[in-house]
Amino acid sequence: MDLKLKVWRQASPADQGKFVDYQVHDISPDTSFLEMFDILNDELVEKGEDPVAFDHDCREGICGMCSMFINGHPHGPEKATTTCQLHMRKFKDGDTIVVEPWRAKPFPVIKDLIVDRSAFDLIIQEGGYVSATTGGVPDANAIPINKENADLAMDAAACIGCGACVAACKNASAMLFVSAKVSQFALLPQGKVEAKERVKKMVAKMDELGFGNCTNTYACEAECPKEISITNIARMNRQFIGAKLS
Amino acid sequence: MSNKSYYSSITKKIIMSLMGLFLLTFLVVHLTVNSFLLVSKDLFNEGAHFMGTNAFIQVFQWVLFAGFAIHIFYGIVLQIQNWMSRPKGYKKRAAMEQSPFSKYMIYTGLVIFIFLIMHLNNFFFVKMGWVGHMPMTPSGEEDMGALVMALFHNGYYVFIYVVLILLMGFHLDHALQSAFQTLGLNHPTYWGFIKGLSRAYAIVVALGFAIIPLFIYFFK
Amino acid sequence: MSKIDSRIPEGPLALKWTHYKEHQKLVNPANKRKIDIIVVGTGLAGGSAAASLGELGFNVKVFCIQDSPRRAHSIAAQGGINAAKNYPNDGDTIYRLFYDTVKGGDYRGRESNTYRLAENSNSIIDQCVAQGVPFAREYSGYLATRSFGGAQVSRTFYARGQTGQQLLLGAYGALSKEIKRGSVKLFTRREMLDLVVMKDGRARGIIVRNLFTGEIERHSAHAVLLATGGYGNLFFLSTNAMTSNGSAAWRAYKRGAYFANPCYVQIHPTCIPVHGDYQSKLTLMSESLRNDGRIWVPKKIEDAEKVRKGELKAKDIAEENRDYYLERRYPAFGNLVPRDVASRAAKERCDAGFGVGPTGLAVFLDFKEAIGRLGKSVIEARYGNLFQMYEKIVDDDPYQTPMMIYPAIHYTMGGLWVDYELQSTIPGLFVGGEANFSDHGANRLGASALMQGLSDGYFILPYTMQNYLADQISVGHISTDTSEFDEAEKAVNERIEKLLSIKGTETVDSIHKRLGRIMWDHVGMARNKEGLEEGIKLIRVLREEFWKNVRVPGSNKGVNIELEKALRVADFLELGELMARDALHRNESAGGHFREEYQTPEGEALRDDKDFMYVAAWEYAGDDKEPVLNKEPLVYENIEVKTRNYKTS
Repeated sequence: MDLKLKVWRQASPADQGKFVDYQVHDISPDTSFLEMFDILNDELVEKGEDPVAFDHDCREGICGMCSMFINGHPHGPEKATTTCQLHMRKFKDGDTIVVEPWRAKPFPVIKDLIVDRSAFDLIIQEGGYVSATTGGVPDANAIPINKENADLAMDAAACIGCGACVAACKNASAMLFVSAKVSQFALLPQGKVEAKERVKKMVAKMDELGFGNCTNTYACEAECPKEISITNIARMNRQFIGAKLS
Repeated sequence: MSNKSYYSSITKKIIMSLMGLFLLTFLVVHLTVNSFLLVSKDLFNEGAHFMGTNAFIQVFQWVLFAGFAIHIFYGIVLQIQNWMSRPKGYKKRAAMEQSPFSKYMIYTGLVIFIFLIMHLNNFFFVKMGWVGHMPMTPSGEEDMGALVMALFHNGYYVFIYVVLILLMGFHLDHALQSAFQTLGLNHPTYWGFIKGLSRAYAIVVALGFAIIPLFIYFFK
Repeated sequence: MSKIDSRIPEGPLALKWTHYKEHQKLVNPANKRKIDIIVVGTGLAGGSAAASLGELGFNVKVFCIQDSPRRAHSIAAQGGINAAKNYPNDGDTIYRLFYDTVKGGDYRGRESNTYRLAENSNSIIDQCVAQGVPFAREYSGYLATRSFGGAQVSRTFYARGQTGQQLLLGAYGALSKEIKRGSVKLFTRREMLDLVVMKDGRARGIIVRNLFTGEIERHSAHAVLLATGGYGNLFFLSTNAMTSNGSAAWRAYKRGAYFANPCYVQIHPTCIPVHGDYQSKLTLMSESLRNDGRIWVPKKIEDAEKVRKGELKAKDIAEENRDYYLERRYPAFGNLVPRDVASRAAKERCDAGFGVGPTGLAVFLDFKEAIGRLGKSVIEARYGNLFQMYEKIVDDDPYQTPMMIYPAIHYTMGGLWVDYELQSTIPGLFVGGEANFSDHGANRLGASALMQGLSDGYFILPYTMQNYLADQISVGHISTDTSEFDEAEKAVNERIEKLLSIKGTETVDSIHKRLGRIMWDHVGMARNKEGLEEGIKLIRVLREEFWKNVRVPGSNKGVNIELEKALRVADFLELGELMARDALHRNESAGGHFREEYQTPEGEALRDDKDFMYVAAWEYAGDDKEPVLNKEPLVYENIEVKTRNYKTS
């Protein structure tokens, strides 16, 4: 396959940045999207040019590091797929592909397609955990947890923290990310003890960092590579109301 | 700028949704009274008279205005924050929204606001005696029906009215289910029903409001 | 004199750890505040250790290479974590888990460490459940388990196919809690480029490169913990993440820490086969699939040929013409033999011409029977995400046609040598998780890596590091303004400048790929003397070429990915040689190390317990000198050493 790429290039956080056109040739349909970028970068390095910087690590769709906005979609047009698991067979020979970084105020661009997502860490630090210190905990089977709730908690916990929800949302809202963590613990007895404090603090931090407000467009759910459900947002809203009213 | 203000994002949205739900019930009442026109002008006048004299409704109309004001105020605040949370947009962005009209709420909201002003100018201000002239029935009562009938026989007015009502329908399509979601009333089992209800509400209300002027224009 | 002293506590095996804890030195709460600890890596071992040390009150500085601690490669572990809970009442005990682990490791692990690992396994499950890790549960609400390779009990706890992710997020949560509390300070996008050892021989700091700005930073502490994972990426193609590398461990080696058993590399049998030249990594399909999947190749070589050409499909091959070679060779364990055995068996069939797939380097993993027995929905619930992942990569539906799999580099049992306290030969340098030479001997059983990482981090290092730090309370803050820091930083800067100044014609990746090829061909699944000697020569030539002809564009300012990669590959080029050297010296086959000269007539690994029952701990002697071999003898007092037998129980 031969493809035309329009890639966002930005040398540093302060740089203006612009789109640069590249051509790649003879790409096998079995190549992954990132491997296609490896090929492009190899060519750029051979020409003595600066390769395109992009985030990636595990390349098996679980670390949440890859983050390209491809042809109008975070992680590209294929549903429930991270960029690293997107394969070129999903494109056609001769296609033009626009590749941009995540865009959101709390996710500043560092270089090219790399953005700083430490805002997510800051939100988790506010309470995205059960404050159990090491040791001194009961036997694992001491608390039976109904399977349905355990499964729902696992559905929520599958979030990889990639930020696609923020990137997709027209408001750059982080509600899906925050609600996934809040939901996981809201569904488990271990998490109930700190539930009220958790939801209040995490939402306050999310607001403080400058993420937008959720307007229930549900673009986040449509684009989430792990298909985290918006029912988690509703659950978080319930939790929030409960926490505020009591 | 951070989104830190007196109310958290979720609180603001909850206020939005409660006010929105309140306005939705108001629309049902309004549509009911309007539909009397399809029967007769007199029935409509009776309805209008009741609404114009009943003490509860009289007090409640100010609550209604407050509802509008709060809904509009927070709508604008939230929208400005949302614009600010993405200072640089995408070159290419696909339509990813699963609630198709959710993307345009601020614009359809603006349309409803314009419609509201038009409405106030045409009816409420007239009734209050601030503008225009309120026609009277032979028995000496305010003839709101005549005022409406006159407007509904103006082709331009009917056209604009119907277009604005349809745009309001788009706003309503997202509104009801969005309010449920914000209030946390989303459950996988009922979610399909809620979304269906929201769409049905939007269609019934928008068509209901649109049919009345068209019927009057063409058949009365 | 060799510094090898494994410091195994006295007493019976089952009481060693208890005795240790009863007699170790502690640091009182007020003094903990005066002690700084550096933790490099935020995977299961590093993350859990940093959190636990922070909870105790130490000042912890934690470093990760990614943008967030949550992205460490522990996250990619799929199948599960072992524990001797015996919840299913199927006869599991701590001893049995210990026994299986030592046996699985082909009797090349340290008995006392492995026993402690099995002992801690139950606490790990308790801890993780308390943290809200959503393990799979039965309808009763109690925890579910499944079975894994090398065990006859069901002792593997799991969270769908994302157990590593959930355990890591648990540790990340604990770490985040401590960051918020202020006891842990987080440094992201930092790569450790050197270890700082003081004149008195103690490890006191590290030199890191800030991957955003390119700045070289100095950090000091009273003790340093490396939890930087394994070096599987030496092979270029592996199941490791792209940034996983061996540099931190290698730099520690060059500063005096011994490197143990580098030749023990685990080749995982169930990976998606290689498809092309531009492939950047291999994807693992969890071992748990072997619970329900049956592995086979065609019985007739002409069928295999037709399958390779695409003339014949798997489903066209009749049952009697299929060779379920694991079930045939190992009736007792069948498809659930340990990884090294399964991998070699696959290679044996493919080398004999029975392989499938376009390259002939693949075998079938078939779920037809399981789907027929359990129904598609059960299989989907168990492995849905794995099947989905397979379909995305290969574009083939595993519910309809069998998966194709082939072994790939997955885990390194070798690593920095540590004593019972997980302390390296450099005082004050501790090593946890995959980075140490670990408790797995010559082969690691499935679902044991997560167990080891968390055992080290939650339940061992917080004790043993304290024992070391007890006499450090009066030392005071360690300054970074010393000649040792100057020297280390200078060396790092020189290395970077040298790489940037070569301006050759070969890209870093192309050299890395060539290194990987050499390693796979000569130091791979089956090794022999000639091949290893040839491999060492080729690595040396390639290393020379790298330093003459590598092309690293850009500068040391800001993000420079090529420079990052070049620094890692430079170290791999040295580590690769040590690995080949270790493999060459070990004249036996054990676990992940298979020497073709040493096998039984049936092709099983042949150990030499008389001459090689020891840990090979290599000591750096200088760039132009041969490394020195130190031996830690392995003594088995509680286990009868046998030839591994998975044919009969």
